[in-house]
Amino acid sequence: MKNFTYFRPTTAEQAVALLENRWGNTELLAGGTDLHDLQKEYVAQPSRVVSVTGIGALAGIRVDEKQATIGAGTKLAAIAEHADLRRHFPSLCEAASDIGGPQIRNMGTLGGNLCQRNRCWYFRDEHTPCLLKGGQRCYALDGENKYHAIFTQGRQCVIVNPSTLAPALIALGAGVNILGPKGRRSTDLAKFFFSPANANDREHTLAANEMVLEVTIPVRNWANASYEVRQKLSYDWPLVQAAVAFQGGRNGAKATGVRIVLGHVAPTPHIAEAAMKALEGRDITDANATAAGRAAAEGAKPLSQNAYKIRLVEVAVKRALLMAAGMKRYWEM
Amino acid sequence: MSDSKDKGGLSRRGFLQGSGAVAAATALGTIPTGASAGQQAGGNGQQVPGMGPNGVKLSLNVNGRSMNTTVEPRVTLLDALRNYLDVTGCKRVCDRGSCGACTVLVDGKPVYSCSMLALEARDKPIRTAESLVAGAKLDAVPEAFARFDAQQCGFCTPGFVVAMKAVLEANPKATQAEVERGLCGNICRCGTYEQMRDAIYSLCNQQRRT
Ligand SMILES: Cc1cc2nc3c(=O)[nH]c(=O)nc-3n(C[C@@H](O)[C@@H](O)[C@H](O)COP(=O)(O)OP(=O)(O)OC[C@H]3O[C@@H](n4cnc5c(N)ncnc54)[C@H](O)[C@@H]3O)c2cc1C
Ligand code: SF4
Ligand code: FES
Ligand code: FES
Repeated sequence: MKNFTYFRPTTAEQAVALLENRWGNTELLAGGTDLHDLQKEYVAQPSRVVSVTGIGALAGIRVDEKQATIGAGTKLAAIAEHADLRRHFPSLCEAASDIGGPQIRNMGTLGGNLCQRNRCWYFRDEHTPCLLKGGQRCYALDGENKYHAIFTQGRQCVIVNPSTLAPALIALGAGVNILGPKGRRSTDLAKFFFSPANANDREHTLAANEMVLEVTIPVRNWANASYEVRQKLSYDWPLVQAAVAFQGGRNGAKATGVRIVLGHVAPTPHIAEAAMKALEGRDITDANATAAGRAAAEGAKPLSQNAYKIRLVEVAVKRALLMAAGMKRYWEM
Repeated sequence: MSDSKDKGGLSRRGFLQGSGAVAAATALGTIPTGASAGQQAGGNGQQVPGMGPNGVKLSLNVNGRSMNTTVEPRVTLLDALRNYLDVTGCKRVCDRGSCGACTVLVDGKPVYSCSMLALEARDKPIRTAESLVAGAKLDAVPEAFARFDAQQCGFCTPGFVVAMKAVLEANPKATQAEVERGLCGNICRCGTYEQMRDAIYSLCNQQRRT
């Protein structure tokens, strides 16, 4: 990796003051599980690295009756193991506990998870000058695109967003607090992600001189679950993920406020509006969950090698809904 | 990306080099609260010293011993241990956080030393596979590995025993499934997973009987 000057501020203000207003020369470092990979491949070549691990107040979990607040520096393992989080948000804790293996979860942080770069192999190869590295074309469009997006309409770059916490958090209605040179701002996590198209874009809407401080989740006793289809139990990112949340839906009550968010099917976490509508105000039955799964996959425009994901979406949505409603997990028997 | 585009700290790079740990202690404030919104963050950032890019002094606490060397900021904990401090139990296999051969305990938790900067491990206790042997006496974990024939070529073993030590310390009564989950961050190319699981589970069983 290219050598750099290392900074270790102890407050978030200091960290932000060290950032620059364009991407590339200065990078934030949290657990390093993604950044160092990119540096070793010379895809990221910062000459300044600002570590956030000295900012003690950036890590921590608070849960009260109204909301949960999780600091950006909180380790994935701490999220997976937190009893109050698990009680309210099993979808989030399950997603966290399925990431990588124990070592990745002991190192990786929430902030790094939301801001990690995509896993497209053309992007991660130093020598392939695709759109996101200042080149003229997307090599995945007519190349190896088995793990790429299936909701591709209007996209020049067909990555999938790699975060498995994001779909769970968005389904739960999470918000994100951000610090920049002018102070704090907040936004819905649903609006945080971005479909990049060139080397000046990232997979999120942060400015280069902003950082994530914390994520907030409303506590409202909604049923929730996340289901991932994976090739292997550890190390891999999922092929497809469905995260759901709704009010009611258990013991014969109708489900309302239904939220269904898909991961690994589009350049951003994908909000499955048609499926949400299809299920709104209905009971969670096998038939209704199946119908919602079908609706979620509607409109997909897969690439040459990934039409298989359509079926996985249908199944993942159905299973996530049944899990959230506390119904029998027929696939585990 | 010329240096002239950089802000404050960098122009003082040469001057501040190596003095990081001391100067950082002067840091102000806490995490921003609503009250600090709108406040220009520019002010106190200038005081954060940069370390490197040339070599900086590094002191690590490895297996209870303090070890000193000089590394560039880009040097990973794995490379610092192996190439600068001659602690070679941790192995460099993928160097990408994807195999576990480099596993060490930092603050008692298993991490991939290939994916962490050496500078990030300052002030934290580090344990490597070497800590599981005292003279000719093996710790219970490698001893169980030997008894259960839980290795073939053995190249993954130092990473596995460290990861398994952490599982056992966290939960001496781990179930088979919990032991398996603890194995999830390491790869054995020879495929000795079952023997490794059984070796560690035998130790958990002992705990259970007492
Ligand atoms: C083998 C393996 C398997 C994995 N499996 C999964 C998986 O299944 N699901 C998944 O979601 N991820 C997976 N990951 C990705 C893993 O890197 C992230 O989950 C992890 O959370 C990243 O956190 P980090 O702190 O290590 O990030 P870092 O590497 O430190 O940072 C990643 C990026 O985020 C930026 N960043 C960090 N903190 C902040 C902040 N507070 N504000 C703004 N920007 C910030 C950095 O500048 C950098 O660009 C896997 C990784 C590996 C190596
Ligand atoms: S999908 Fe995006 S990152 Fe991958 S080759 Fe195409 S433009 Fe590059
Ligand atoms: S060498 Fe570190 S995980 Fe493979
Ligand atoms: S024993 Fe050969 S890799 Fe594990």
